[in-house]
Amino acid sequence: MRRFSWFNATSLTIGFAFLYLPMLILVIYSFNESKLVTVWAGFSTKWYGELFRNEAFLDAAYVTLRVAIFSSLLATVLGTMAAYVLVRAGRFPGRTLFSGMIYAPLVMPEVITGLSLLLLFISLGLDRGVLTIVLAHTTFSMCFVSVVVSARLASFDQSLEEAALDLGCTPFEAFRLVTLPVIAPAVISGWLLAFTLSLDDLVIASFTSGPSATTLPIKIWSSIRLGVSPEINALSTILIAIVATGVISASLISKRAAMQRDLDSKT
Amino acid sequence: MKLRRLTLIGIPYFWLLALFLIPFGIVLKISLSDIALAIPPYTPTLDISGGWQAVRDFLSELDFENFEFLTTDDLYWKAYLSSLKIAAISTLLALLLGFPMAYGMAKAREDWRPTLMMLVILPFWTSFLIRVYAWVGILSTEGYLNQFLMGIGIIGDPLVILNTSTAVYIGIVYTYLPFMILPIYATLERLDESLIEAAEDLGCSRISAFWLVTVPLSKYGVIAGCFLVFIPVIGEFVIPALLGGSKTLMIGKVLWEEFFSNRDWPVASAVAIILLLVLIFPIVLFQRNEQKQREAEQ
Repeated sequence: MRRFSWFNATSLTIGFAFLYLPMLILVIYSFNESKLVTVWAGFSTKWYGELFRNEAFLDAAYVTLRVAIFSSLLATVLGTMAAYVLVRAGRFPGRTLFSGMIYAPLVMPEVITGLSLLLLFISLGLDRGVLTIVLAHTTFSMCFVSVVVSARLASFDQSLEEAALDLGCTPFEAFRLVTLPVIAPAVISGWLLAFTLSLDDLVIASFTSGPSATTLPIKIWSSIRLGVSPEINALSTILIAIVATGVISASLISKRAAMQRDLDSKT
Repeated sequence: MKLRRLTLIGIPYFWLLALFLIPFGIVLKISLSDIALAIPPYTPTLDISGGWQAVRDFLSELDFENFEFLTTDDLYWKAYLSSLKIAAISTLLALLLGFPMAYGMAKAREDWRPTLMMLVILPFWTSFLIRVYAWVGILSTEGYLNQFLMGIGIIGDPLVILNTSTAVYIGIVYTYLPFMILPIYATLERLDESLIEAAEDLGCSRISAFWLVTVPLSKYGVIAGCFLVFIPVIGEFVIPALLGGSKTLMIGKVLWEEFFSNRDWPVASAVAIILLLVLIFPIVLFQRNEQKQREAEQ
């Protein structure tokens, strides 16, 4: 028997209020008429209009989106390969180094990753821009993808793959027809994770971007260093809305899939 | 067969070598070099085409000067200590807030739990920068918190919170709280409720059953949560830069300023190397905890 006491209720209320009130305030004040962000002067959507007329923000959003799409796709492919190597490839020379290189970027402070990649790009003479940010983001997010995917691969029965191979599949067909459909949910969540990490990253992008490519977080950063601005509040509200819609619909879809599975197993 | 295996292993291996390990070697090399007014701003640079003589010249010019410099200037070791202190205190605060929340979630009705779980994860997907930024408007002198407190008459003069270490603690606990809650919730949720009932049947009060059964059994989750907050906070840059003002010292911020403002690449690299050495110890402890948890579950 589980007893849900007043203490449990209070701690959940306080905790969730702490987590959500700041964002709620941000959203409410993005509809504030006044230029002075802390003084309420009536409802208005004018800051959203200002935002969509601001070329610099639109350009930055476009750069960010391109970087996120390319780096998350690359990271998903490389991360899934790395997960497969970690779980299925058995022993090979340098395996310890390989798994070390997968786990180290997860705990590496962003300032160090950014600094080291910048120094690499400079010594190679690469011009800093979209390409270098994509390379940097791919490198750290492929490690997150590979952790997510390898957890799923490890719990998956290898004899199914072996059966496919015995029945005449090539290894690639066995992967495409047997393994991939099973690990697909993990691959998709890995991809989503890589995408969000890339959208969100300020520190690594600041080190690896050049004057030709400013991402949205860098643009936000340079304007909030000067204090709170109503345009940034509007932009934040849009970003929060996108994430909330995404996460809530993903959880509804997975809930429905689970209910469907329950029904299937009963009939 | 051989070739396919080689490609499969080779591609991610090569990628990580080229974009993780080699950059790291470059940081190490530059931390042992001298600053110069050139592009790139350090000497010596290795010129492979010069042959063996060039490599020898290169090696002979490396020294530990930058690391010695770090010990002579107070700024650096104060920043390291203050990062450790801020990380430790905010980990404790996150535990004090996170444990009751995880406990409440584990006690909640079964059909409520996925929703509560989603509410904890949702902020994690929301932009980190925006979540930290939200506090600037709340904590500033004419911000919402001061307006509220002065409005209901608790205080007469506005509190100065923004640009102090208090603001940094609030920011860290706020952004890292999900990392504390999730592992604790994972252990509490699997906890066998009948053990607590048994303890109570045998004469424990509810409070002593909590301390004698629940707390020891959730040990691994608590330790994991603490490290998941402590380790990334040490190298944190955004929170101290945005909420801490110029007085709050943290090593991630020092590295950033050394690089972007002072343009002293060798010293920035030396700071990075020491930061990593500081991190190795908690990371090893964290992995040992994970290992023990896996063994305990088998």
